[in-house]
Amino acid sequence: MLTLLFDGIAYGMLLFILAVGLSVTMGLMNFINLAHGAFAMAGGYLTVVLMQRWDLPFLWCLPVAFAGTALLGALLERTLYRHMYSKPHLDQVLFSIGLAFMSVASMDYFMGSQQQIMQLPEWLRGRTELGYGDNVVLGMGHYRLFIIAVCAALTVGLQFILAKTRFGSRLRASVDDARVAAGLGIPVNLIFAATFAVGSGLAGLGGALGAEVLGLDPTFPLKFMVYFLIVVAVGGTSSITGPLWAALLLGIADVAGKYYMPKLGSFIVYSLMIAILIWRPQGLFVRKGGR
Amino acid sequence: MDAREQLISKARVRGWEPLVWLLAFALPWLMPSHALIVNEVAIVALFAVSLDLVLGYTGIVSLGHAAFLGFGAYAAALFAKHVVPDPLLGLLFGTVCATALGAVCSLTILRGTDLTRLMVTLGMALILLELANKLDWLTGGSDGLQGVVMGPVLGRFEFDLYGQTAAWYSLSVLLILFGLARRWAHSPWGATLMAVRDNPLRAMAIGIPVHNRLAVVYTVAAALAGAAGALMAQTTGFASLDVFALERSADVVLMLVIGGVGWLYGGVLGAVVFKLMHDVISGITPQYWTFWIGLFLVVLVMVGRERLIRPWLWFGRAADAKGAVADAKGGAL
Repeated sequence: MLTLLFDGIAYGMLLFILAVGLSVTMGLMNFINLAHGAFAMAGGYLTVVLMQRWDLPFLWCLPVAFAGTALLGALLERTLYRHMYSKPHLDQVLFSIGLAFMSVASMDYFMGSQQQIMQLPEWLRGRTELGYGDNVVLGMGHYRLFIIAVCAALTVGLQFILAKTRFGSRLRASVDDARVAAGLGIPVNLIFAATFAVGSGLAGLGGALGAEVLGLDPTFPLKFMVYFLIVVAVGGTSSITGPLWAALLLGIADVAGKYYMPKLGSFIVYSLMIAILIWRPQGLFVRKGGR
Repeated sequence: MDAREQLISKARVRGWEPLVWLLAFALPWLMPSHALIVNEVAIVALFAVSLDLVLGYTGIVSLGHAAFLGFGAYAAALFAKHVVPDPLLGLLFGTVCATALGAVCSLTILRGTDLTRLMVTLGMALILLELANKLDWLTGGSDGLQGVVMGPVLGRFEFDLYGQTAAWYSLSVLLILFGLARRWAHSPWGATLMAVRDNPLRAMAIGIPVHNRLAVVYTVAAALAGAAGALMAQTTGFASLDVFALERSADVVLMLVIGGVGWLYGGVLGAVVFKLMHDVISGITPQYWTFWIGLFLVVLVMVGRERLIRPWLWFGRAADAKGAVADAKGGAL
């Protein structure tokens, strides 16, 4: 029971890191980016390649995955995404799903369609079990513990940046009303580019961390696109605590649902999402005011 | 021209329309070896027309339209397998089932933003995919529903191996349903749909019951998609999980965008172009054809559909281009 909860939390934290960039960019520019998973996949593959071909230690790979995908994100934002903000939602959906298709096919071409295997370092492989004698109450995989720690640290860091720094207050102002923010002299475009890059970087980091848990193959962007979108749609786009709770809820519901009712599979998660969205079309955790 | 005349002139049958349909009906006879492709195109064209009612006329961005296609397909296949193998009854049954599903689902798309609708429609398709996968005693699970044997159409025309009967059958259904949809979309009732698309708030203010319109158009579109699904299951004798797949929903949006949204022939044209493109590209690179589709989508959106099919707009000043685009739009309406 507790083990399930633990796994669910680890999964949820991972989903949060993967989806938080999407949530902020969607709130900021009202842009529906279905290609977000492609950045996560890029981060995952970068890590796999670095570890297998160049024998870099796992811990070194994570910052590289972050920086690499952030750079990729910034590049794409400046060249392609920038032109999309003023287009209707249908165009944005088509554009980004086109990008996702391209990323899937090119990964297939360069890396092959098989599942990539990640060699974790020794100290992350074990499992700690708490309980009385044979009766295991809580089993924690070390790697999942590591994921929770990293993601929690990142969440606290993000919340700090958003709440306390000047960049954060500018970002929040731009999310609430981009036009007024621009009128006050806040460089909204620059802020958006930076946010997009960081969001992509976080997705890349999430992809690197999650390659072992979620599995990594070229269909990753399409397979998990739905999960990212659920996090954003349910959590709302106006804060990062909303997506955080949504991601945890999704993670726990998914793990528990698959354990207790394996016959139903992902059925529970999707039904839950639709029920929530009918009840609260703007998402569960929406700040009053704003837009 | 006053508004009334404008509405009537749009609904008028153009001279080229009967010619196009005659050509379409002659194709299986002219090229018997390509009858199967004609059949496929007719089915996806019906599917695209159905999405056009939702997306083009009413402005609901849907990424889960395959839900109704798949539901109709499974319903028709199960009907043929367990009840009667008559195609027309099966078609009716599949359509009715999809209509009922559409009526239920229409409750989910009334409120919310584009993102919410996108998610809800996508979620519906995924739920049905999961159900079809897990209820394997009924649907055959991931193996698909096999062994569907169809009786002859109208008790007379057997389905043949080359698909000529199938092509004519699908084309006839397409023609009838297209005609109904065309008549319906061009009625004053259909005009209110466009009002809802352009500005729901104002539409409500002039007395159009917005929720009612959304619900009805979604249900009707579901019926058309269900008919397309039933045709697909009947003419292939097979229903598999990929009828619910995301790719199918994305493909049909792409077709519609190629052909032009908010114009019923856009769905038909898009289906033809898309299927031909698919055939050519997957003939060259069967494994990586999604890359080219993706590239095409990106270029299409970046460049803009108008400028892609009218390359001369590239040259000439921006103001001219804008004027030409506006003219083109006016002409299309």
